[in-house]
Amino acid sequence: MRITIIDHGPGNVASVERALARISISTERAISEQAIARATAVILPGVGHFSALVRALDENSLRAPLSRAIARGVPFLGICLGLQALYESSDEAPVLRGLGMLPGHVSALPAQSKLPHMGWNRVHPLPGSRLFRGIPVESYFYFAHSFAASPIASAETVATCTYGCEFVAAIERGNLFGVQFHPEKSGAAGAQLLRNFVRLAA
Amino acid sequence: MTLARRIIPCLDTDCGRVVKGVNFAGLRDAGDPAKLAARYNGEGADELIVLDIAASRDRRSTFLDTIRRVAAELAIPLAAGGGILTREEARAVIQAGADKITVNTAAVDRPELIAELSGEFGAQAVVVAIDAKREDEHWDVRIRGGAVSADLDAVSWAKQAAAFGAGEILLTSMDRDGTQTGFDIALTAAISRAVSVPVIASGGAKSPAHFLDVFREGCADAALAASIFHDGVQSIRSLKEFLAEAGIPVRLPC
Repeated sequence: MRITIIDHGPGNVASVERALARISISTERAISEQAIARATAVILPGVGHFSALVRALDENSLRAPLSRAIARGVPFLGICLGLQALYESSDEAPVLRGLGMLPGHVSALPAQSKLPHMGWNRVHPLPGSRLFRGIPVESYFYFAHSFAASPIASAETVATCTYGCEFVAAIERGNLFGVQFHPEKSGAAGAQLLRNFVRLAA
Repeated sequence: MTLARRIIPCLDTDCGRVVKGVNFAGLRDAGDPAKLAARYNGEGADELIVLDIAASRDRRSTFLDTIRRVAAELAIPLAAGGGILTREEARAVIQAGADKITVNTAAVDRPELIAELSGEFGAQAVVVAIDAKREDEHWDVRIRGGAVSADLDAVSWAKQAAAFGAGEILLTSMDRDGTQTGFDIALTAAISRAVSVPVIASGGAKSPAHFLDVFREGCADAALAASIFHDGVQSIRSLKEFLAEAGIPVRLPC
């Protein structure tokens, strides 16, 4: 199988490619409607600003193709900003509309902690999470962000993390997956999570 | 709840090789950067920093190649820098595989560079490196490889750098660098208390107790060392086991 990585400009596309190459998964970079239409699995990576990502998706008319791909069951993994973009809106760019595939809003992390939340933090997955299968409990993952979704009233949330407040660390809903941390930078635990996604996508 | 304290090996490179020196001088070869990177990745390093110590324009392509070779070995974040002056140069470093860029002299010369980089790559990708040297009752910022005084107070400059959009401060004590007498605790604590971004302490590490001190007393978020790791004097794994035993939150490799 081959994973389509959405290449929306400034991003960690190369890191994600390298992480997948290390577990022997081939990838292709894409930003076109056609590429999304024929994709068999999609990763939306992201670092930077919410507005830059959402605008890049709009400029390439990817909203509808992404919705269609997810509706037809294509496994989809949003990473960091790629997870945040799935929600309805974000404090980082309040006037813009997110992809709205997940209910809820992305908020700024509380300012009493050092920001960005950058470094290795413990993630608390719910039992039965498919992404976290085989990963030791209390494992550390690498985070680098200042915004996150609140886990309140979200049936999709399968893992949380705490930094100033509790926030969404991972979501799963059918073929839709998202993680706030960077599995491609999270050592052995991150590699296992990517392997789990690939297995679910196969 | 709390972030793990990070242990960061640093690779000072020149012409595609890792070099090391004492007090910013007297360089000698310490190995292949990609090989060392692979070893540290496996031993449980939390991040890696690669610096181009010569930072000369004509060798830039060699440095980018070093970044590519190192990044290929890592499943952890990579910061890279040395002589980055512009957004274009920073972009090349990021595209070569770095997650973060470090800037030093160029940021002192033109602090707006920090805001430009932060705007394009996000604050999490911008590390401002500060070389500080004690002068009477304060710490003076040194630039151009430590050779010249910037005539700035290190604490004020750190605050200013954070205000311009730095996501992290890499703080090197020039008084301690290469001496293996321990981190400068007073300097690290002063900067760490002054800014709301993470501080990486650097310079002077030898024993595990030095790391414990800089986390406990120096309030460092991360600690960096080079030669003690390169020489195999200290393994990252046993260092982390020591810190965990002492109650410091660290990520133990499985």
